[in-house]
Amino acid sequence: MENIVEIRDIVIEYKLKKYALRAVDGVSLDIAAGKITALVGESGSGKTTVASSLLNCISSPGEIVSGTVRRHTGPNEVTEVEKLGENALNEFRWKQISMVFQGAQSALNPVVTIFNQFYETMVVHENYKPKSERKKITKQEAEQRIRYLLDFVNLDADRVMTSYPHELSGGMKQRVMIAFSLLLDPKLIILDEPTTALDVITQDFIFKLLQKVNREMGIAMLLLTHDISVVAKYADYMAVMYGGRLMEYGTVEEVFEHKYHPYTRGLIDSTPAINKDVGLLRPIGGEPPDLLNMPAGCKFHPRCPQCKEICKQSEPKTVTMETGHRVKCFLYEDEA
Amino acid sequence: MAKIIELDKIGMSFEKKVGLLQPNKRIDVLRDINLDIAEGQIVAVVGESGCGKTTIGKIITGLMKPTEGELRFGGKNLYGFSLNVFSRTREQVQFVQQDSYAALNPVLTIRQSLSAPISHHYKNYSAADTEKKINEIMSFVGLTPPEQFLSKYPHMLSGGQRQRILMARAISLEPKLIVADEPVSMIDVSMRLSILNLMNKLNEMLGISFVYITHDLATAKYIARNGNICVMYLGEIVEFGSVEAVLRSPKHPYTQALIAAVPVPDPKAAKQGRDIPIKSMEITSLENRSKGCVFYDRCPYAEEKCRNKIEDTLVDGVRVKCCKIGELPEWTN
Ligand SMILES: Nc1ncnc2c1ncn2[C@@H]1O[C@H](COP(=O)(O)OP(=O)(O)O)[C@@H](O)[C@H]1O
Ligand SMILES: Nc1ncnc2c1ncn2[C@@H]1O[C@H](COP(=O)(O)OP(=O)(O)O)[C@@H](O)[C@H]1O
Ligand code: SF4
Ligand SMILES: [Mg+2]
Ligand SMILES: [Mg+2]
Repeated sequence: MENIVEIRDIVIEYKLKKYALRAVDGVSLDIAAGKITALVGESGSGKTTVASSLLNCISSPGEIVSGTVRRHTGPNEVTEVEKLGENALNEFRWKQISMVFQGAQSALNPVVTIFNQFYETMVVHENYKPKSERKKITKQEAEQRIRYLLDFVNLDADRVMTSYPHELSGGMKQRVMIAFSLLLDPKLIILDEPTTALDVITQDFIFKLLQKVNREMGIAMLLLTHDISVVAKYADYMAVMYGGRLMEYGTVEEVFEHKYHPYTRGLIDSTPAINKDVGLLRPIGGEPPDLLNMPAGCKFHPRCPQCKEICKQSEPKTVTMETGHRVKCFLYEDEA
Repeated sequence: MAKIIELDKIGMSFEKKVGLLQPNKRIDVLRDINLDIAEGQIVAVVGESGCGKTTIGKIITGLMKPTEGELRFGGKNLYGFSLNVFSRTREQVQFVQQDSYAALNPVLTIRQSLSAPISHHYKNYSAADTEKKINEIMSFVGLTPPEQFLSKYPHMLSGGQRQRILMARAISLEPKLIVADEPVSMIDVSMRLSILNLMNKLNEMLGISFVYITHDLATAKYIARNGNICVMYLGEIVEFGSVEAVLRSPKHPYTQALIAAVPVPDPKAAKQGRDIPIKSMEITSLENRSKGCVFYDRCPYAEEKCRNKIEDTLVDGVRVKCCKIGELPEWTN
């Protein structure tokens, strides 16, 4: 399988005045080309921080302390984004990887029409290119592209292009954002909680659209979400995060079938489902970890029903199973 | 089972300013709401954001007076009571709101927040009695040992713990009914189930009825598995019946679309999901909805007669607001 991004042992800290908050610790993750990979975990587990590292746009005062992020930008071509200059980085953003931030609908400029927001972005991005490669983009050229993209996300292009953001519903704005992220033909789109605040019917519609973008344009996606049911329905691969660590990674089918990691198991088994008749489900006990006061050993051990003595003392390494499935838990260390 | 509360043809409308010189417009937020809640029962109220769930919750708890219809408590019109009886009656119906942070006074300790309603309600309680009661309810909602929490301020607790405090405060007056408005949507996923289980425990052990308001059908099914569900769309109840019956064979086209859209935490089942039977993705606004069926603009089966006022139809014990019942394709899950 071909990867579009490989993250290796990345450690990210927010350098606050009095201390450094380690939000991500030793995460390694492959993002498969042309597939939908979900990064799932509850709020504060480090999803947005990991994803931001792909674009070198971790919010201040965050810094990559160690580790690498390698993007395969072409056949046998690898870009290490940390080393890009500012213009090259800006060109890389959107063209290679674009990100739809959480609540991005509200980031649309309220006083500019949708057409002009798209057009300005196209013009600005030309300027990031080396002088010799810059082209003048006419409004006609831009319109053709914008129309195509708005059509692709099932929006009425004539109406939407001339609209201001407040004239559109939440679901329409989210579709505008998806069209926007496609503007410069990226290889990977990062979607941070793309459907929070939308109702389930709109959510399903947005995800079917994303699947269409994924399949018909071959664009890979990294989907950040806290909702394990959304992952089951729409993703190909999944990575489960907990307290800044990546606890389990595999295909969605395998993870749901085996639920190797006790946290994954707890999460899946404690999620109510409308297709099953069950009595009481068993919750995960305890509280989510406090990044400033992390337990020793496995970060999940205080809540883990299968905790052993060693789990309290040292942190497990990540074990890779035969199928490529990866788990960070002592229960599987013999299987390496 | 005796009925605690009956909502009889309840309607709620608000004035909306249109412009300086134009007269205000009245917007019907709720229309023709009929709902009974019996002793010990759990009723889930489900619908997307803006459909009127919180407004129903506020009406049930007496925080908002409906503009139409009658709200009966123990068979009597709540708004016919004297002020004294009204406020005592209201204590029997507690409201637990979504935002646990906003619901607690940030400058009071948990002990202070809990003791005020207790000493107000139980006039003959000594300080020691109040403290004993506080310890009792704290243990009941799983915050043990209580001393660990009582001197803290709301911001020092997690969302899950604050939600338990709200439950503790709600049960302190020994109510008959608790209306919980999206109680788990703002807390971490791994904490949600334990709050739902707590509500089930309060229901089973103390016999308190619950109205569980949510946009999440899966948690509604879970908590009200032996109770009723009320599916709302644009200010109306489109389907009402036992959770079991409604989810097994939804009758209203909106309920069918909603159920088809809900993802399940099981990749095999989820990926075989059926297409959503819906005509339009655009949600109609309250102002522009049809005078007839609220789902008219989006319903794949809509026809001319659906634009007339729709009466409830009773099928297999389920109440449905659709004039084409019997003409629609069979749907079982
Ligand atoms: N700009 C920032 N400054 C300080 N701390 C931050 C910043 N952004 C995120 N964090 C902290 O880093 C941790 C991980 O956050 P985040 O990556 O946003 O998690 P998630 O996306 O999974 O909710 C959290 O504890 C959060 O409070
Ligand atoms: N006090 C109010 N004045 C005017 N409109 C209101 C008021 N309260 C609620 N609404 C409107 O009533 C509708 C239903 O709101 P609400 O009951 O909060 O829905 P839900 O809880 O289902 O999201 C919304 O359109 C909302 O804007
Ligand atoms: S009443 Fe008519 S329009 Fe409304 S849901 Fe039923 S069939 Fe559709
Ligand atoms: Mg985030
Ligand atoms: Mg509400």
